[in-house]
Amino acid sequence: MAGSGTAHLRPPDETLLRVENLVVEFPSKRGKVNAVSNISLDVKSGETLGLVGESGCGKSTTGKAIMQLPPPTSGKVLFKGTDLTSLKSADLRRVRTSIQMIFQDPISSLNPRRRVEDIVAEGLRIWSIGDDASRDRKVDEALETVGLDPSTAKGRRPHQFSGGQCQRISIARSVVTDPNLIICDEPVSALDVSVQAQILNLLEDMKERYQLTLIFIAHDLAVVKNVSDRVAVMYLGKICEIAPPDQLFAQPAHPYTAALLDAIPVPDPTVKPHEQPTLEGDLPSPVAPPSGCRFRTRCPKAQERCAQEEPWVREVASGQFVACHFPLVGDDAPPVDQSTTMQPQAAPASA
Amino acid sequence: MTAPVPTLDQRPEPGGAGCLLEVDDLRTSFRTDRGMVRAVAGVTLNLERGKTLGIVGESGSGKSVLARSIMGIVPNNAEREGSIRFEGTEISGLSQARMREYWGQQMAMVFQDPMTALNPVLKIGRQITESLHEHLEFSKEEANQTALALLKSVGIPEPARRLKEYPHQLSGGMRQRVMIAIALACGPKLLFADEPTTALDVTVQAQILDLLQFQQRERFMGMILVTHDLGVVAGRTDHIGVMYAGRIVETGPTRTLFAHVRHPYTEALLQSIPKIELPSHSRLQSIAGRPPNLVNTPPGCTFAPRCPYAQDRCREEEPPLIEAEQPGHFHRCWFPVGTPANPAYNAEASAEATARGEATFDRIAAAKADAAREDSTASAGFAPAPTAVDGEADADAESSVSAAGAGNVGGIHNRAGDDDAPGGGRPRRRQPLRARRQTSTTDNGERTDGR
Ligand SMILES: Nc1ncnc2c1ncn2[C@@H]1O[C@H](COP(=O)(O)OP(=O)(O)OP(=O)(O)O)[C@@H](O)[C@H]1O
Ligand SMILES: Nc1ncnc2c1ncn2[C@@H]1O[C@H](COP(=O)(O)OP(=O)(O)O)[C@@H](O)[C@H]1O
Ligand code: SF4
Ligand code: SF4
Ligand SMILES: [Mg+2]
Ligand SMILES: [Mg+2]
Repeated sequence: MAGSGTAHLRPPDETLLRVENLVVEFPSKRGKVNAVSNISLDVKSGETLGLVGESGCGKSTTGKAIMQLPPPTSGKVLFKGTDLTSLKSADLRRVRTSIQMIFQDPISSLNPRRRVEDIVAEGLRIWSIGDDASRDRKVDEALETVGLDPSTAKGRRPHQFSGGQCQRISIARSVVTDPNLIICDEPVSALDVSVQAQILNLLEDMKERYQLTLIFIAHDLAVVKNVSDRVAVMYLGKICEIAPPDQLFAQPAHPYTAALLDAIPVPDPTVKPHEQPTLEGDLPSPVAPPSGCRFRTRCPKAQERCAQEEPWVREVASGQFVACHFPLVGDDAPPVDQSTTMQPQAAPASA
Repeated sequence: MTAPVPTLDQRPEPGGAGCLLEVDDLRTSFRTDRGMVRAVAGVTLNLERGKTLGIVGESGSGKSVLARSIMGIVPNNAEREGSIRFEGTEISGLSQARMREYWGQQMAMVFQDPMTALNPVLKIGRQITESLHEHLEFSKEEANQTALALLKSVGIPEPARRLKEYPHQLSGGMRQRVMIAIALACGPKLLFADEPTTALDVTVQAQILDLLQFQQRERFMGMILVTHDLGVVAGRTDHIGVMYAGRIVETGPTRTLFAHVRHPYTEALLQSIPKIELPSHSRLQSIAGRPPNLVNTPPGCTFAPRCPYAQDRCREEEPPLIEAEQPGHFHRCWFPVGTPANPAYNAEASAEATARGEATFDRIAAAKADAAREDSTASAGFAPAPTAVDGEADADAESSVSAAGAGNVGGIHNRAGDDDAPGGGRPRRRQPLRARRQTSTTDNGERTDGR
């Protein structure tokens, strides 16, 4: 399994969210879908964690499993020290005001029959936060900070707004309950470049203003780099690499990260062309993932060992963690005792 | 290796260059409650066979309306003026019925969202053979063989099995390959690709763009590639037209345009792309304000309210299409960037920008050339990786996602007219985007962004 292990996790008391050995499986006619297979992540308060990978690699499933929508097949989701997977639904719903989610398709993720005012106030109403007047004030404030004029916007319905404006409404809705953590699932993928720039800048402003912690899911590396403090690269339900963005992009350690970087069509000459050939083919089926390292069927560096043994997450440079036997940075992985590979908990500590 | 489609004898005779498409002062407006929405406001362009033209601009700038107007797919509330000549024949006055003869065989379109453009209840095979029966009067056997060859040529693994599958059983990238196969089925001379990769992620995007480019060359087609991302067109087009508020505000050979950006809007578009080499948390340069109201476009330059260089003259007089120093390069700006007329002119910085632009182009072109060379030696490129297992499970989830998000851009190839023209053959199964857009544009006149 390409990328199990917890070497990259920081002490639990330093983090707002800690996800341990998360597994999400779905039943299907063709067999079990291994959407997320034993990944671990953590986010410090005030930090933005970027989550990148091809579509279908399990990014949204990870985000939703953190929200317990639906709860994961196994693993722990520790939010402020409480394991959300162990909570009863009433307690869980209370916690959910502190964790919000913003979705990719801005127009269809908003209820078309409701007015913007009601959409934004929804979280406040459900939890009876404040009285009518204070709710109204909060809604106005949220709309104003996302750059919409409350007096004209409140009475309208989502279809009367453009995609970029709908995304602003989603952001207003998500911050109105004063959450700690917002999971943004491809919030700008459906927007054009100039609007994307506005929304990314807006998210940075909102983060500061509302003291937010973000998980930012996207497939565009340049976008993720722009907003993140730490980036996790996912492939077929596994973590490939985790590092601060500047380091990750200057010097990718995982062949998959390097291939992703190659695929970007950036009109800029200062970017060095990479040596690796661009990635071919589609993501293998998560019903029957490749043995050993899941990336091996498309990896230009794959060797015999990659089919046999799953690489563990280990530190190859300061702050840079990678799950690869033959990384582009640092030394090859030392041979692993087979008995320990069977047990994720007993993973060898970082180098 | 991607085999050329054997049963089609529309394969081009490479000597047959010449003007494929000539569009002159094309204007398309929509009658709405609020007045005329001038979506395309005087576009002139031409395209030779074997060449690729990129049309770039923000959402709402009129790119899709332009492409659809050329194809003759306009809704009933539209008024179209100007001339469109296809291989020398004026086609702007033709009826929908006459235009139908052009769709598929002469010109075809690949849409942004393959899921909504494909018919969900028809097997892939049927969707391809249908147009072969209709346009080329192929027998059943011929059509099936051709469909198989087409799927193979667009790099779909196990094509025989795929023919019997439904769209939701394919991954997003695979569906877009099917869309391309359908568009290519009747051997069109002109291919429109309207944001063909916007719904796809980077790696698949690169594959699909490679495939389009390969097919365009192989079949010697003219191609119009519509996108909002200048990065996408940089290495893949011969010419670029930058659109703003229904007009082409800058156009030129791709290399020239990158090296000598003259229009402030083109400059702003380039600057708003997040760049991978900038440190994280760099503030992005977004374009201030919003695109103009297309009902009452203010006098003067339409970009003036958002332009950092705007002067009095800009608000009074509309700039005509002005020829720049380089041949074939035109812009609509009184104070073009990188020239002494611009208030922020700095000779050194301009020279640097030119060098940077040229380097970009060269780098991308070189990378493309390398890739092309590899393709001709190995079976790389457009053929699927031999090890790739298909992703049905993916497709299950994707279809549910698309179902939830239904109502995106699209229309079906060859019958795209059904989308807008009433009485079309296919039942509507999603909220028409145009209708939504219309509301947002006309109800508040401020549809600004998003797609
Ligand atoms: N049927 C219609 N009735 C009224 N207005 C319309 C209609 N179709 C399009 N428009 C308007 O015409 C303008 C150009 O739309 P078009 O779809 O061409 O934009 P685009 O550049 O393709 O944008 P995107 O990048 O979002 O696809 C927009 O303001 C749009 O709202
Ligand atoms: N409800 C579900 N039932 C079955 N398979 C699912 C379901 N949701 C997601 N999957 C599968 O899980 C994998 C990961 O999906 P997803 O998290 O949506 O990917 P991403 O967000 O990275 O594009 C995919 O193979 C997808 O098909
Ligand atoms: S070198 Fe081996 S372990 Fe590393 S990514 Fe490639 S296949 Fe996986
Ligand atoms: S004409 Fe004036 S307002 Fe228009 S783009 Fe040029 S400088 Fe800007
Ligand atoms: Mg997703
Ligand atoms: Mg469009």
